[in-house]
Amino acid sequence: MSTILPLTGNESGAEVMRQIAPDVVAAYPITPQTELMHRFADYVADGKVPTELILVESEHSAMSACVGASAAGARVMTATSSQGMALMWEILYIAAALRLPIVMPLVNRSLSAPINIHCDHSDSMGARDTGWLQLYCENCQEIYDTGIQAMKIAENKDVLLPVMVCYDGFILSHTVERVELLEDHEVKGFIGEHIADHPLLDVDNPVTYGPLDLQDFYFEHKRQEAEAMRNAKPVVLQVAEEYEVLSGRKYGLFEEYFSKDAEYIMVCLGSAAGTAKAAVDELRAAGENVGLLKLRVFRPFPAEELVAALADAKRIAVMDRADGVNSIGGPVFSEIRAALYGRSSAKISNYIYGLGGRDIDIEMMKSVFQDMKDGKYAEEAFYLGVRE
Amino acid sequence: MPEKGWKELPIGGKILDAGNSIEYETGSWRTFRPVVDKKKCINCLRCWLLCPDSSIFVEDEKVMGYDYAYCKGCGICAEMCPVDAIEMVLETEKDTVEADERGIKVVQEEDPETG
Ligand code: SF4
Ligand code: SF4
Repeated sequence: MSTILPLTGNESGAEVMRQIAPDVVAAYPITPQTELMHRFADYVADGKVPTELILVESEHSAMSACVGASAAGARVMTATSSQGMALMWEILYIAAALRLPIVMPLVNRSLSAPINIHCDHSDSMGARDTGWLQLYCENCQEIYDTGIQAMKIAENKDVLLPVMVCYDGFILSHTVERVELLEDHEVKGFIGEHIADHPLLDVDNPVTYGPLDLQDFYFEHKRQEAEAMRNAKPVVLQVAEEYEVLSGRKYGLFEEYFSKDAEYIMVCLGSAAGTAKAAVDELRAAGENVGLLKLRVFRPFPAEELVAALADAKRIAVMDRADGVNSIGGPVFSEIRAALYGRSSAKISNYIYGLGGRDIDIEMMKSVFQDMKDGKYAEEAFYLGVRE
Repeated sequence: MPEKGWKELPIGGKILDAGNSIEYETGSWRTFRPVVDKKKCINCLRCWLLCPDSSIFVEDEKVMGYDYAYCKGCGICAEMCPVDAIEMVLETEKDTVEADERGIKVVQEEDPETG
């Protein structure tokens, strides 16, 4: 049995948290995440979840409290956006390196300056090498499904890394969509009991967390972390398979939307993938050989699988909702091009779009496919939707 | 301490056994090693009291030498010695002293005449 509700993205995120019912949540409000935590705080206040909700004075403290609670053995969640995540920065690395399976919805919002509360991916993309897994969502249903799966992926013994569930601020966080929910007991059964790895509160087996780790051991510990990220790939797929059995909804590392036989493939992540699908539908109806590859899992980066999926493309356009400000291209583009190096003859172009919440519509998506067909190419990124 | 590879070590930099600092030989950090001149030493034991690694070996209330497996060469002992009896010698200068059966290098045996 499932319940169908009209929910915003943030409400979907709050449902995830209610059903997971973490032992500890430490959070600080920031637009556009605020509504999620507001809703979850209501659940706590109404006694609907037994979570210990710690209201802290900053995101640095929020992530620090999460680290402490997770090390103590608790199942832990938080959520943030933009500047909030920027303030968590040093603790993001610590959470990952201490191998703490914290799950955090990251409601994507552009970074200051100039100050802006709307969506782009500069916050999460900046944190792409912190050791967190990053899963991107296209719609409110995916926010719900991904949030539930994230907990199980994070706590897998071969992974034990924190997971960011990234979804677009306002575009998804404040948009009502139809969301199909699992029953509470189904979610509980799916994620199972949290059995922490050597928790601090196991006083019969005392352990030390976070000791000084010098030239003789630090490297080995980073090597372990790298391995955990590699292990995460099959675990993401395994959890997706189990989730499909439970929910009937299928997930993978990425979604191939008419891209298998397409000559012209766009690679995109987040809510813009929905717009791209509409563009693909229209162009396919007009007989064009176009497709979309919607990246879901950005960390771990599914290089091998992407190479296989993009092998036959004639042209590839990679969409980035974050500018690396590095004169070489956006983060998704750089990594896809690196993965394809020497393994594809397709020309790969880069489009920076939607910064600061700038709208992207079907016509703009179609123009990217048109560019590919016209052979329009430049070494530098194209800026889509900016005023010249 | 036998240095395990990344597959054997506990994950996340955790230390799983309490009281294990004995296994970590801070002596590998040392650039200068303390050497005591027993003729100058008045056995006030100030060095023994202040050594952060409990690496000064004392017997019968007399300084006998250093446990170089743990002495990290910080030089506190030399700095605090009231009679300047301790010299910090660069590690590139060969250490000719053999460790004894306790694993301790008694750098300079007590002088039979003055001791
Ligand atoms: S501080 Fe100097 S004099 Fe005192 S016991 Fe140590 S070496 Fe000897
Ligand atoms: S150099 Fe430092 S560690 Fe070594 S014996 Fe002296 S005080 Fe102790």
